[in-house]
Amino acid sequence: MALHKLTVLATTLALLAGAAAPAFADVSLLNVSYDPTRELYQDFNTAFAKYWKTKTGETVTVKQSHGGSGKQARAVIDGLEADVVTLALGYDVDALNTEAKLIPPTWQKRLPNNASPYTSTIVFLVRKGNPKGIKDWNDLIKPGVEVVTPNPKTSGGARWNYLAAWGYALKQPGGSEAKAKDFVKQLFQHVKVLDSGARGATVTFTQRNIGDVLLAWENEAYLSTKELGPDKFDIVTPSVSILAEPPVSVVDKVVDKHGTRKVAEAYLQYLYSPAGQELAAQNYYRPRDPKVAAKYADKFSKVKLFTIDQVFGGWTKAQKVHFADGGVFDQIQAK
Amino acid sequence: MAATVSTLYSHHDRAALLESRQATRENPWVKGSILVAALSFFGVFLLLPLLVVFVEALAKGWGTYIDALTEPDARSAIWLTLGAAAISVPLNLVFGVAAAWAITRFEFRGKQLLITLIDLPFSVSPVVAGLVYVLVFSNHGWFGPWLSAHDIKIIFAIPGIVLATVFVTVPFIARELIPLMQAQGREEEEAAVVLGARGWQVFWHVTLPNIRWALLYGVILSNARAMGEFGAVSVVSGHIRGETNTLPLHVEILYNEYNFAAAFAVASLLALLALLTLVVKSWVEWRARRD
Amino acid sequence: MKSASLPRVLPGFTLSLGYTISYLSLIVLIPLAAVFIKTSAMPLDAFWQAVTAPRVLASYRLSFGMALLAAAINSVFGLLLAWSLVRYRFPGKKLVDALVDLPFALPTAVAGIALTALYAGNGWIGRYLDPLGIKVAFGPLGVLVALVFIGLPFVVRTVQPVLEDLDTELEEAATCLGAHRWQTFRHVILPVLQPALMTGFALAFARAVGEYGSVIFIAGNIPMVSEITPLMIISKLEQYDYSGATAIASVMLVVSFLLLLAINGLQAWSARKRGQGPAVASGPRARPPEHSDRDSTSSTARERAQGNAAIGTRSRLAAEPRQGRSE
Repeated sequence: MALHKLTVLATTLALLAGAAAPAFADVSLLNVSYDPTRELYQDFNTAFAKYWKTKTGETVTVKQSHGGSGKQARAVIDGLEADVVTLALGYDVDALNTEAKLIPPTWQKRLPNNASPYTSTIVFLVRKGNPKGIKDWNDLIKPGVEVVTPNPKTSGGARWNYLAAWGYALKQPGGSEAKAKDFVKQLFQHVKVLDSGARGATVTFTQRNIGDVLLAWENEAYLSTKELGPDKFDIVTPSVSILAEPPVSVVDKVVDKHGTRKVAEAYLQYLYSPAGQELAAQNYYRPRDPKVAAKYADKFSKVKLFTIDQVFGGWTKAQKVHFADGGVFDQIQAK
Repeated sequence: MAATVSTLYSHHDRAALLESRQATRENPWVKGSILVAALSFFGVFLLLPLLVVFVEALAKGWGTYIDALTEPDARSAIWLTLGAAAISVPLNLVFGVAAAWAITRFEFRGKQLLITLIDLPFSVSPVVAGLVYVLVFSNHGWFGPWLSAHDIKIIFAIPGIVLATVFVTVPFIARELIPLMQAQGREEEEAAVVLGARGWQVFWHVTLPNIRWALLYGVILSNARAMGEFGAVSVVSGHIRGETNTLPLHVEILYNEYNFAAAFAVASLLALLALLTLVVKSWVEWRARRD
Repeated sequence: MKSASLPRVLPGFTLSLGYTISYLSLIVLIPLAAVFIKTSAMPLDAFWQAVTAPRVLASYRLSFGMALLAAAINSVFGLLLAWSLVRYRFPGKKLVDALVDLPFALPTAVAGIALTALYAGNGWIGRYLDPLGIKVAFGPLGVLVALVFIGLPFVVRTVQPVLEDLDTELEEAATCLGAHRWQTFRHVILPVLQPALMTGFALAFARAVGEYGSVIFIAGNIPMVSEITPLMIISKLEQYDYSGATAIASVMLVVSFLLLLAINGLQAWSARKRGQGPAVASGPRARPPEHSDRDSTSSTARERAQGNAAIGTRSRLAAEPRQGRSE
């Protein structure tokens, strides 16, 4: 009898827990994103909900999930039902197509600007007054300089860091693939902590006082100086860096299943609207919209930017050569 | 009688006794060094970590502390954590009783192996525990396509979190009951059966009163572990805020958002739960001894 | 106690055993089997490559090395702590006794951020170590600290009951025969404690090898330096490398199973050593109705020591007075 009662109790509880999962008013979206976009999407989701309410009368709740970009893509492939993904790099969104056919291969053509509504780049965050005198990439491999970057294997931002360093070395007079490899190898010998996500690395550098320089997303660097006090850190912009294009996409299989395609597409479109672009700029992402860009021009320092297509022939190739198992990154780490 | 005599021998009295005898005491210098070494170790490795949680939690004042615990994402994490424990503990309770009954009341081949298998989740890394459910239930797993076709969500949803929690707490209650029921033997139950009691009556009126403290003890421990599990749940959660974040995962998120005071505030809630567990545990031990 | 010769009087054998086996299979065994089935689908060289990649090898060295070291540290200090709790009076003893179990009850993530806050360069302890050039957090030492924390109760809780029920007559005799205190400890007490110590060591080690939550916050996760093996599994998963993750997981599973067998073996040895038959099940732990003369019997020590410390807890539950209330 007791056993039976307990089983019934357990089942009831199970049902209750299922039922207790919050019931949403009208419609809800899940945006699976990478680490440093927490603040951006906090603002943006509120703005979009307001916009959507006035436009359609529907109440939309956007839920967020953040983490290392590769890890987040993995979760979506495994069945995390994201209506939209806003990840750090094209390769991770591509994986949704190659690994699970969740989106069509042409996803990047569906929205303007390679489906990247905002861009960013990689800069250096150093301690106040720049005690180690770090001005450019080659200063990072001076003796005694300790570098903090997340792990390129799991973090999208870290892959941009790595490729930016590579591109810099390649573009130096007399630069070659071999020299670039050697430079990046030396750089990673100066790395003291390799967190799995960009945010973890920022916390290590800013809160735990580890290292002399953090290789960071531009927006992450600005945000941490804002959050933690401009008296503690300086931002150093190197002579040349990479144009990081974090792409967004609707996850077709999921929105069709949820019946949320319309609102999900509107959500991404809204990122391109002046209001969305303003929010991006306010959160230190470089806006695509020329008018908004002009308005916030003095917020971003001028830096020579190269694209991944120019130097590495696109993400798929870069990923295969550099970050796959046994790739260049593994080789330089091995010793 | 036996009970009253035994209470006379509390630990302090025994320590006093041992300290008073020539043969069982050390010279004061040795004793002093041992105590200092043991207690410093205790202080540095146990007391300070506990203390730092509360100090950091209140570093920005009570306002921040209360806010951190009452904002919607935290509240939903609290509910999810409570819910997962409320499902997994009863499941393992039934399992523990059934397993202990089978193992201690009957002889059968492979008993030793069964006991070892029940122990297995203790020594399996939590990460592996999470991974196995991904292998079975994810879109690439054995049942993934079928589940997806029938719109059943397990991984990255509440059922996955519950499963992972159940996995890591499977042995707790069984392992509390088995030694106790073994020690008690089955004569009482057999006598009851001979006297005409039915199966459930025997369990309800003979077995249960005898094992109630051990049962409660097991429940407390598995509850603490269920609410605090991190590794296994982290692998299957999907980290959706306000939906699939348990309290320990919420701590990690806040921690990664420069929100240290809030992270430690939520952590302090879990630390309080741990302290409560220890208090209840001491109480159960005390009651059991007194009975 | 055994009544194997009697026919089964008690009901519920099929139901309880059937339920136990089905539940265990569904929740634990079949999912775990998935690891091996998935691994067996891998070509042998791919498997070998995955589990012997330099980074993975470095993670084994770190995980096993630090787990061994942490278990060793816990054996020494756990013994001292158990000794103090049993043999000495000091203020706050009850509190210390209760708090020893804290690492079982405290969620690992909480332990992780708390230890990081303590040992980081600007933390309560870290700020004193930093000028000395000792960096604890974000390095192998941080891993060690976390593993010491989570393994601490195992040794204390396996040694303490044995110590409590230790027959003091032996010590008296040794002293009468002119032995020094140290000689008595070395030749009389330590041999009795040895099985419990080794069991505690093995349990602390087994737990430490698989630990994840507390370690990732403090380790710094530097490849080849401070990445633990469970993190390698996560890292492989995050790179969509399921087979790699599964291969490493299968290695860890085999190790866990071997450790479990070793622990069971140790417990059986401990039982034999104490002059008892090999343990059925893992031996009853709870003490029979309590007797007053605790110095004269040590059978309960064995029972409790090897009862199940795998959970790592020692309940001091007494078997309750038997009141057959069968109607």
